[in-house]
Amino acid sequence: MHNKSVAELSRELESGKISSVELTREFLDRIKAEDRQYNSFITVTEDQALADAKTADEQRAAGKASVWTGVPFAHKDIFCTNGVATTCGSKMLANFVPPYDATVTANFRAAGAVCLGKTNMDEFAMGSSNESSFFGAVTNPWGLNNGEKRVPGGSSGGSAAAIAARLVPAATATDTGGSIRQPAALCGVTGLKPTYGRVSRYGMIAFASSLDQGGTMARTAEDNALMLNVMAGFDPKDCTCVDRAVPDYTATLDEPLKGLRIGLPKEYFSDQLSPAMEQQVRNAVKEYEKLGATVKEVSLPRAKLAIAAYYVIAPAEASANLSRFDGVRYGYRCDNPKDLNDLYTRTRAEGFGGEVKRRILVGTYALSAGYFDAYYLKAQKVRRLIQQDFVNAFKEVDVLMSPVTPSPAFVQGEKTSDPVTMYLEDVFTIAVNLAGVPAMSVPAGFVDGLPVGLQIIGNYFEEARLLNAAHQYQQVTDWHQKLPQ
Amino acid sequence: MQWDIVIGLEIHVQLATKTKIFSGSSTAFGAEPNTQASAVDLAMPGTLPVPNEQAFRYAVMFGLAVNAEIGRRSVFDRKNYFYPDLPKGYQTTQLDHPIVGPGFVDIDLEDGSSKRVRIHHAHLEEDAGKSLHEDFDGMTGIDLNRAGTPLIEIVTEPDMNSAEEAVAFAKKLHSLVSSIGICDGDMSQGSLRFDVNISLKPKGSDELGTRTETKNLNSFRFMEQAIAHEVERQMDILEDGGRIIQETRLYNGERDESRSMRSKEEANDYRYFPCPDLLPVVIDDAFIESARDLLPELPDERKARFKEQYGLNDYDARLLSDDARIAAFFEEAVSQGKDAKLAANWVLGEFSARLNAEDKTVVQAPITGSQLGQLVARIADNTVSSSGAKKVFEALWNGDADNADAIIEAQGLKQVSDTGALEQMVDEVLAGMPDQVAQYQEEADPKKQKKMLGGFMGPLMKASKGQGNPKLFNEILVRKLGG
Repeated sequence: MHNKSVAELSRELESGKISSVELTREFLDRIKAEDRQYNSFITVTEDQALADAKTADEQRAAGKASVWTGVPFAHKDIFCTNGVATTCGSKMLANFVPPYDATVTANFRAAGAVCLGKTNMDEFAMGSSNESSFFGAVTNPWGLNNGEKRVPGGSSGGSAAAIAARLVPAATATDTGGSIRQPAALCGVTGLKPTYGRVSRYGMIAFASSLDQGGTMARTAEDNALMLNVMAGFDPKDCTCVDRAVPDYTATLDEPLKGLRIGLPKEYFSDQLSPAMEQQVRNAVKEYEKLGATVKEVSLPRAKLAIAAYYVIAPAEASANLSRFDGVRYGYRCDNPKDLNDLYTRTRAEGFGGEVKRRILVGTYALSAGYFDAYYLKAQKVRRLIQQDFVNAFKEVDVLMSPVTPSPAFVQGEKTSDPVTMYLEDVFTIAVNLAGVPAMSVPAGFVDGLPVGLQIIGNYFEEARLLNAAHQYQQVTDWHQKLPQ
Repeated sequence: MQWDIVIGLEIHVQLATKTKIFSGSSTAFGAEPNTQASAVDLAMPGTLPVPNEQAFRYAVMFGLAVNAEIGRRSVFDRKNYFYPDLPKGYQTTQLDHPIVGPGFVDIDLEDGSSKRVRIHHAHLEEDAGKSLHEDFDGMTGIDLNRAGTPLIEIVTEPDMNSAEEAVAFAKKLHSLVSSIGICDGDMSQGSLRFDVNISLKPKGSDELGTRTETKNLNSFRFMEQAIAHEVERQMDILEDGGRIIQETRLYNGERDESRSMRSKEEANDYRYFPCPDLLPVVIDDAFIESARDLLPELPDERKARFKEQYGLNDYDARLLSDDARIAAFFEEAVSQGKDAKLAANWVLGEFSARLNAEDKTVVQAPITGSQLGQLVARIADNTVSSSGAKKVFEALWNGDADNADAIIEAQGLKQVSDTGALEQMVDEVLAGMPDQVAQYQEEADPKKQKKMLGGFMGPLMKASKGQGNPKLFNEILVRKLGG
């Protein structure tokens, strides 16, 4: 059963071939047996999951089941779960049990899905390799055969690895600069970062508020559509959430792609991309041409400024967002503070890891008197220009396609000593967050036995078009079905 | 050396919304600590602010009441600093795009002149919680009930030049925000808090001196004392050839002392930036007009109307119009009492004196405007004399009866105004006082004659058992003696 998709499992449950309790037990057993080598979970909520599965079975027996009723999945440990530890991958919140649900969490609960636990992540979602987690690095299920442990990408590395290893069929994730798409690409799964404002951020622990967006991760595009059906929608608790009708994202999956206009941003096919990677992406584009799409080269002239702008804006917002972790009300508090200043400095020095501290310092600096105009204000202007690049591109084409990453999964420890090299991991994904448009990562081949992701970028609120394009591609390819050895 | 005093004010006004500016928690004062603090107020991870529309409406009402431009695009910023009663580690406030732009308030001064004080801007922001340093044995208690209470911070131009002007402005502002219903006006609970910026400059100089800021004055009396204290302190320094340090000071009203809280150099770098959790709020014409519809009559408008409608002088009109509750009491009295000037005299005279003596506000008074108005009507139609009226007022105040007529009846205070009866009494009294009559008639000086009339009034009042109308007695006397 563990190789089946959400859609298939839902049908199995509906047919009565298996109960949710049995299914939940099977996945829990897999986590127990296999996750030692991946470390993709921070918390496994076995008792709660089995209780929820039992309730789901009862609901189904009573004829009150939805698609998700009784289907196991997991939450990235950035989504607050009422009564279940929510750590955000940090020592700062290792002891934190929220007394409330994130809106996303509540939506899955209401849909009857069975949460198996909380997946590992880079601390406060800051990282591209899942090596900054207080709970240890996550290992990519791919590439273990040649004896090297590779990163799953980050920050949603736990969700991606867990899906790739078939420990869960689907998991929530978040994307601030590529944190859904990059790990999805590196682990060979399908992920979607929706339009900024499509999914509520309430209860999703903030890294950079104007960039953070909750999204979906599963093996197939169809499963991503099923997830987005649960997650998308207006939330009166988040005023950056957009009040706009939510379509049934599964309804348009089977639309033919004839006439789809694809743009290839020339800046994303630069020399940063290895020839082998480029070949896989171009092969994928050829498949789309076979499906009736037209392809042209387009330009995102200011995209090269994205990383610089991002590493001002995101840390600036983070520096304020993380001020609440002060040891006063919840979370980690240093032992025996001798006064208020000591409480603040030691709590934060001991509670935050290196990358988080680095970004708080960068952000604090960028907002400081005398530097604000040169950094923060300038970066916001650049952001506006990058948005304009996308608006212009979408006047000519329906979707943009590009690689997700410059190279496949790298070996653990390879980039930890050089933060800037690590930041370049997100060179093709960051501009999307600055613009706020939706984008997917779809498995599109292998280089050296490691998965390669195709990025499909859409116009604002065109998630349905992206999912349709990804689904059609997955009807004629089987990259997303490949199993790590 | 002669000095000009330059004063600008910053006023924090707690808005009387039912819930907080970014959460649904109650803003009621006096609850058990931390019982009115939700996950949002506690800045729990992942929680987000949602703006309270009513706070915007109140801020716009304030803007309209001070003749200000309304900021059509209202943006919130984060003001970053660490303090235990500031749960998020930043205060959500407005820096560059406040909701209320430049406006003005006219104040009346004791000498009868008036002065315009310009408002620089007013912005929306959230209040912090409270740190309680007592009762925790060397520790500090944090109460977050107040955290997130909506405030407008009003910043004036440095247009005031004396403590009198500053206090007059503060009182006017207090009356304004209370009467338009956006603040409960309770200064003892911190609903209005004043910061005073003071500097001195040589008389007539155009150049402003270095200013200090005295923070958190929560009574008019302390404000007046604090200004006097700070002016004297600065003057002593300047006259000794010293320099004023730009700093924030705290004033202790009990001891009439102040101390430095922090200097400019020690001031925080607040690293303001637009709050990414809150989108800019666009205030459209319809919203502004709906806020305008909610505005009651403003004190200045009321004062003009009182002068026009009731023929009151400027001073009486101001005293009766400043406080909406006194104005309402007065108008209720006029509706019964007809004679507005007489009603004004009674409200500002006997009635106000009695309130002061018993330390009561108008709403605590044991009599209503219409009860006083009925009494005024009886004075106006000569049913009761002014001395009799005072007895009626006393009886009304003490609750002896619920209307003036009943008291006049019960206490026999009704004036006799039957001229036939009064003439007969005058004839009888004059017949018994022939010497005085003769003296009067021989007197050539009309002033002295007028004085001599008093000699007949005593016996006349006695003859009428105190109920004769003195005015009519007077008329009859003059006619009979003169003829």
